[in-house]
Amino acid sequence: MINNILLNKSNFEELPENCVIINGTIIDPYKGKEYSSDIKIVNGIISEIKESIPTTETDLIIDAKDKFISPGFMDMHVHLREPGYEQAENFITGTNAAMSGGFTRIATMPNTSPCVDNIFVYNDICRRTEDLLVKVHQIPAVTSERKGKTLVEMTELINNGVLAFSDDGDGIQSGEAMKGALQYASMFKVPILVHEEDKSFLDGVMNESLSSTELGMAGIPNIAESSMIARDIEIARYVDGITHFQHISAKESVKLIRAAKLEGLKVTSEVTPHHFSLTDEKVKTFSTDFKMNPPLRTKEDIDEILLGLKDGTIDVIASDHAPHTPEKKNVEFDFAPFGVLGIETLFSVGIKYLVKTNVLSLMDFLKKITINPRKILNLDQDILSEGKTAELTIFDNKSEWKVDRRKLQSKSINTCYHDEKLNGLVHCVINNSKIYRR
Amino acid sequence: MDNIKTKDLLKIKHLLGINGMCREDLELILKTSASFKQILDTPNKKVAALKGITVVNMFFENSTRTKLSFEMAEKRLSADVVNFAASSSSLKKGETLIDTARNIEAMKIDMVVMRHSTPGAHKMLLDNLDSIIINAGDGAHEHPTQAILDLMTITEKIPDLKGKRVTLVGDIVHSRVAMSNIHALKLYGAKVQLCGPATLIPKDIEKLGVEVTYDLEEAIQNSDVMNILRIQLERHVGPSFPSLREYHNFWGITNEKLAKANNDILILHPGPMNRGVEIDDDVADGDHQVILEQVLNGVASRMAILYLLSANIGGIK
Repeated sequence: MINNILLNKSNFEELPENCVIINGTIIDPYKGKEYSSDIKIVNGIISEIKESIPTTETDLIIDAKDKFISPGFMDMHVHLREPGYEQAENFITGTNAAMSGGFTRIATMPNTSPCVDNIFVYNDICRRTEDLLVKVHQIPAVTSERKGKTLVEMTELINNGVLAFSDDGDGIQSGEAMKGALQYASMFKVPILVHEEDKSFLDGVMNESLSSTELGMAGIPNIAESSMIARDIEIARYVDGITHFQHISAKESVKLIRAAKLEGLKVTSEVTPHHFSLTDEKVKTFSTDFKMNPPLRTKEDIDEILLGLKDGTIDVIASDHAPHTPEKKNVEFDFAPFGVLGIETLFSVGIKYLVKTNVLSLMDFLKKITINPRKILNLDQDILSEGKTAELTIFDNKSEWKVDRRKLQSKSINTCYHDEKLNGLVHCVINNSKIYRR
Repeated sequence: MDNIKTKDLLKIKHLLGINGMCREDLELILKTSASFKQILDTPNKKVAALKGITVVNMFFENSTRTKLSFEMAEKRLSADVVNFAASSSSLKKGETLIDTARNIEAMKIDMVVMRHSTPGAHKMLLDNLDSIIINAGDGAHEHPTQAILDLMTITEKIPDLKGKRVTLVGDIVHSRVAMSNIHALKLYGAKVQLCGPATLIPKDIEKLGVEVTYDLEEAIQNSDVMNILRIQLERHVGPSFPSLREYHNFWGITNEKLAKANNDILILHPGPMNRGVEIDDDVADGDHQVILEQVLNGVASRMAILYLLSANIGGIK
């Protein structure tokens, strides 16, 4: 019998032993420096960073003229759908999409089937992703089957390389469970990543706003998110826990987190590209490609999110890449699942909506997709240095390209940027001794 | 009948909602409706306008009067009528909406009238079928034929609505009638006011240029027309309001409250009525109400809509 998954092929190649990247501009958010330099990579290790490295006796010369070289991008919020929902995405197609988006490292969420809430499923995923170019950090659930009640065996998981826990997809409704999780994880200085949503509000399908009123759709109000964030800030203070707020969408959430950070609490946050680039007006097309949770909000929310990105309230830009098959998405709006693709367009949406509009400098934008997620997850942030494993992304910030959902690497097509022109293109990623080139 | 035979064309090709329609289209529909209403008063009651045309009524939600009214309109026009009813939730589990609709269309039909629980479900038909699509209600989004029959009923009594105040009373947030009425009334220059408990008024609706009041007595005094929406008994008691008793006390229309209204106030209700909740017997059967006129106009205006849209059969998209 043919395993369908085996039909998908990874898009990377082995990097030859001796490789030199020439003519490029290094942009290193860790050191805060931008400079012209060549990079020599030997056996997957950066052996030399300096101006004009001789290219004799090299197996591969990569010309990065008019391009930037940065630490490999990291997306700390991805759904790869394996195990359980391989019709929508799997390890191969999902990491192909990640490479095409410039990512060398991703953190994947545990709402799979079976749920990643024990060492056996976790180890199996590690084993099945270990040979890929993209480093997959599987994030296990906080509670058993993400039900918000019993904590998973955190100690054992942490001892096996787990960086954080998340019940993503559902907010942890019980205050007692959230308190316990934060307290327990803080023993190991490990963060809890939280999807903030008070489910006792009505089950909505889009933002509650003038748009939902006009469309007659059930709304998810801003307060379903912000009131939960307010609760969890209180809990974080009380137990001195480490909390990362996932995909925040409401202006009130930004304000709460800003105040908590000023106070010195150990809180961080992320936003998705769609939440800073699109409003709920898009739902008026009735396209389920604009149905996600949290939902697209309003212009006022975006304005506050942009402020939060500028002043550092929002540390990270993450995709919440959520593939769903056309069969699941091509139904009545009320019946379609929440979630949209994102990992292949994240960088270019950021260039178009943040860098070109001068909300963020290129350097500050890159921080939010390279070193900040690594910092939150306690990974090494000094990447572009001699002696380190080569993990880098080569891109330009000028090219214009049009998104065609059929040409994306993801197995699914549910992007909200179909047919839109974006800016900036990833040309190459290298991780360890593997290389992907567009 | 002469004005019916000269086939004026609507700018719309399908009727999905009032939002986006122009006043000329509404005027043409109302003019045509008036002619069909005359026919309904003749002994024969039937014309051959849609002879040979097949109309499918697809109802994925319970409906008695809208379904009956459409069926009546279709038969009065001599169309061949097929009815299909299922619950949206059964659709969710089994065959998709698109497959169901395509299967029915493969049997050679011309027009689809659909009611569905999800806003925008009709757009899926539009994208996947060649038939003419008429929305008979999609969730709490639009119910355009109800708004047209309401408009017909109101303008029969008040030909120029400019500056007149029409108040929709009750459960606005769950109502498909409200949004379509707001769009239609605004096209006719009426002032639109909403009245009900704050919990049943949807978010930011005043940004559509409507007035909101929670005070029914105030609304009664300043209104020329009141359209009383149905309270869905099974739905609301809980966080939205305390009890039907309290609802009736504060927002139910009674003759005592109407004493302060202007003498010519019109009372509409899209039905079905909960007598003793949002409307009392003495109002529902009183001098100001035009509720059964609405029902008759429903058939006439649906005849007009089917007839006018049938001009596009076989040649659009």
